[in-house]
Amino acid sequence: MTGLEATLRAARAAGRKLLVPYITGGYRPEWLDVVRAVADAGADAIEIGIPFSDPVMDGPVIQRASEDALAAGATPGGILAALRGHDAGVPLAVMTYYNICFHMGHERFAQGLVDAGVSAAILPDLPLEETGPWCDAADAAGVETVLLAAPTAPDERLPRICARSRGFVYAVGLLGVTGERDTLAATATSIAARLKSVTDLPVLVGVGISNADQAVEASAVADGVVIGSALMRILLDGGGPEGAAAFVAGVRAALDG
Amino acid sequence: MPLDPPTSDGRFGEFGGRFVPETLVPACMELEAAFAEAWSDPAFRAELDGLLRDYAGRPSPLTVCDRLSTELGVQVLLKREDLNHTGSHKINNVLGQALLARRMGKERLVAETGAGQHGVATATAAALLGMACTVYMGEVDMRRQELNVFRMRLLGAEVRAAMSGSRTLKDAINEAMRDWVATVESTHYCLGSVMGPHPYPWMVRELHTVIGTEAREQCAALLGGDGLPDVVTACVGGGSNAIGIFSGFAGTRAELVGVEPAGGAAVGRGAPGVVHGSKSFLLQDEWGQVQEAESISAGLDYPGIGPEHAHLAAAGLARYEQVDDREVIEAFALLSRTEGIIPALEPAHALAWISRDREALAGRTVLLNLSGRGDKDVAQMMEHLG
Ligand SMILES: Cc1ncc(COP(=O)(O)O)c(C=O)c1O
Repeated sequence: MTGLEATLRAARAAGRKLLVPYITGGYRPEWLDVVRAVADAGADAIEIGIPFSDPVMDGPVIQRASEDALAAGATPGGILAALRGHDAGVPLAVMTYYNICFHMGHERFAQGLVDAGVSAAILPDLPLEETGPWCDAADAAGVETVLLAAPTAPDERLPRICARSRGFVYAVGLLGVTGERDTLAATATSIAARLKSVTDLPVLVGVGISNADQAVEASAVADGVVIGSALMRILLDGGGPEGAAAFVAGVRAALDG
Repeated sequence: MPLDPPTSDGRFGEFGGRFVPETLVPACMELEAAFAEAWSDPAFRAELDGLLRDYAGRPSPLTVCDRLSTELGVQVLLKREDLNHTGSHKINNVLGQALLARRMGKERLVAETGAGQHGVATATAAALLGMACTVYMGEVDMRRQELNVFRMRLLGAEVRAAMSGSRTLKDAINEAMRDWVATVESTHYCLGSVMGPHPYPWMVRELHTVIGTEAREQCAALLGGDGLPDVVTACVGGGSNAIGIFSGFAGTRAELVGVEPAGGAAVGRGAPGVVHGSKSFLLQDEWGQVQEAESISAGLDYPGIGPEHAHLAAAGLARYEQVDDREVIEAFALLSRTEGIIPALEPAHALAWISRDREALAGRTVLLNLSGRGDKDVAQMMEHLG
């Protein structure tokens, strides 16, 4: 499978806006069917959440999905094992918190991702200054580490984040945790524009992208979007693979204009 | 020899660091610079010292416990942080952080609280300085510590229930961090212990060194010989009152002993891990999911410990003991009966250790940091002892 960054760059070069949905691994038994359905509905890559007990970057919806998954017995090992036999047809990135990786050991975690066919990792509580030991292991194993860039970053920080980021750079769209908002925050396009001016990496806006209109608005500046809570709310409400596919197809169609 | 400062990347040995969402990194850096600058500014120090003296009631006394010492066969000295305004050591840290927040132009304080003591102290400082204040408290703790919830509201703070996870201190910290991620431009996170991302473990320690500095002088005036106690002990939740008193005796012959609740013994039963911004010892399962602590005292009901304690433990510079809830209840009653001092359940842990190890400690002098008074715990103890 081609890596995350190569895939996203190729899609961007073909004139396409990028769509990366997020799904919490193990939130319900059918989660793998949702992964396939979302890929078929037009996702360019998929983020798989490995649930953590203390998700400080997440709002109520993803907190609930994480709690459901943990209560159902989801473990990092179980989620990676499930992905091993699964070809979604698009690159996968896991999104989890650093202690999951630290506890397993950097090399083992990186190798676990490779064995599971996962291209990349996103660790929202591992900022630039703390990435060293993990990125060494990830680089050695060929795992791409996506770093986040937030609206609070001073200008001089952004090129340093982009230089260390692989796959894409994750532009945090607002001041706050994941969750749906009525309108797109002004920070979504401003951070995207600031990043676009310093990097050639794909720039995707995530956190707070709640529907197709907001995805289009953010993608006017960014190369695309990550959508988590809006999709997970549909899934927690029982939407299943069909509900997820319908939502993602709607966003895809809007982005393709 | 005082305790070492952390390295520039916030490490105490291999522990500490700054493991926070990217959104908070600039705020942590700004706070680090602002605190370093304020802490070396005589005007800031003078203002803080003035508040500690005229508002909080410092210095706190050192009390020689004759009847308790006779009963245990161990000479026990109490550093009376229970006599501070708001009833615990927490006020030392909070007054410093609130002054610093104001100096940084922040208008609002957000805090987490377990037993409610840190929440009450933060609400108090906010009222004093005319700042807005929001305190997150686990829903379970709000029921256990109803009186403190009322106190915080009376002081003008908004108290929000943390409804996720175990609904105790760990979840209140998660909620406070989520709030701060959204409000970082106008809000200072007034963290209540020597934990969290750099510079908190260092800054909160510095703000509590007043405990150790006073106690060292008081011991020198009171005790003969080298003026040192043989042992210095304190309870450890995050570890702020312990590091405060340890700071006065680090590098001396006095043995430093932290006491953890058996149900939340991060040093005793945890492994290295990362949560709430720093690397330290942490109770966690085989996959690194953080486990819930279980202790009779809401203030120690935390699965982690401040990173400097992890370092002191790993380097053998301090020792960490565990006591169970039953021993704590006995110690709570013992101090009340022998000295007329009703302790908070948290420092009753340290006394429980002295009492259990009294044979090994026979004839020695032990300085105990009495971090808070027991008013908040009386209703709960009525169920156990009434
Ligand atoms: C009286 C008292 N002592 C100790 C603690 C534990 O905190 P630390 O370990 O930071 O001193 C608390 C926390 O609520 C407390 O109220």
